[in-house]
Amino acid sequence: MKISNRKFFASAILVSALLAGGVSFYASSSPDGLEKVAEDVGFIETAKDHTLSDFTLADYGVSGLENARLSVGLAGLIGVVATAVIAVGFFTLIRKKATSKNQ
Amino acid sequence: MVHIPDGFIDLPTSAAFAAASTVAVVGAVKGARKQLSEQSAPLAGLTAVFIFAVQMLNFPVAAGTSGHLIGAALAMVLVGPYAATLALVVVLIIQAFLFADGGLTALGLSVFNMAVISVWVSFAVFVVLMKILPKSKTWVVVATFIAALVSVPAAAIGFVIQYAIGANATFSVTTVLNAMVGTHILIGIGEAIITALTVSAVLASRSDLVFGWDKKNSTLEIRT
Repeated sequence: MKISNRKFFASAILVSALLAGGVSFYASSSPDGLEKVAEDVGFIETAKDHTLSDFTLADYGVSGLENARLSVGLAGLIGVVATAVIAVGFFTLIRKKATSKNQ
Repeated sequence: MVHIPDGFIDLPTSAAFAAASTVAVVGAVKGARKQLSEQSAPLAGLTAVFIFAVQMLNFPVAAGTSGHLIGAALAMVLVGPYAATLALVVVLIIQAFLFADGGLTALGLSVFNMAVISVWVSFAVFVVLMKILPKSKTWVVVATFIAALVSVPAAAIGFVIQYAIGANATFSVTTVLNAMVGTHILIGIGEAIITALTVSAVLASRSDLVFGWDKKNSTLEIRT
């Protein structure tokens, strides 16, 4: 069942968008592994606020959007687009340089 | 494991790991140049996108604790260790600067644990397993599962080393080690399941794109 490049890449983007834009709302909000350990052991006190904690998209939410589902979903979609642009651009650039060197 | 906030580790230690991470990234760019092809370059980008998305999905692991995918083993099997390091770095930078997830002064620490230690430990485990195991897709998935499982406590141990060198707190390193490894073995099981399922899906649809499966590709051997 080999599918075409276009289909494969389109489905990967689609799945990522659905996960970040929709499923992310249902993610567990319990502290993650490091955070929990820091709380249990006690060194959570040494954590400082993030430099950019007032930024519009801080903590995967769009500030000002009251609807939690919309807020995290939109933040997720923005992240997917940003990652796609930066990562695909970056890897394409690396490869192009490699090709031109070999010629 | 995750995104270390600012303050846990002192600045000199953070700076030292930022320097080490930078060296690793420069090396990864050189390595990735040799390994990336016309098809695997966009795949590496897509892998970063998928990892970003799945990292948003915290799953519960034990009472009051959650974990999420790192994606190091996933990227390593799909696009090779060099590009995997770079994909993770891109994700970590976007998370730190766009979503305030992971401290800015701690970025070098997080990159070292997840983009360097996790990726290369999982690669070492995968290479050894592929030498022992029969050459079939099923066994590639088994090796992927184990590599992913190991990659998470490996990153956690990376943090414990950083804590031992430059913690701003005085709790015993042994206490932190036990708590970190215990919790992250549990998270590693989740990592292993998600990674194995994703690699299976790609193997079923486009096995030719999978770095860890391409038998003609000699890059599976460690180049010195």
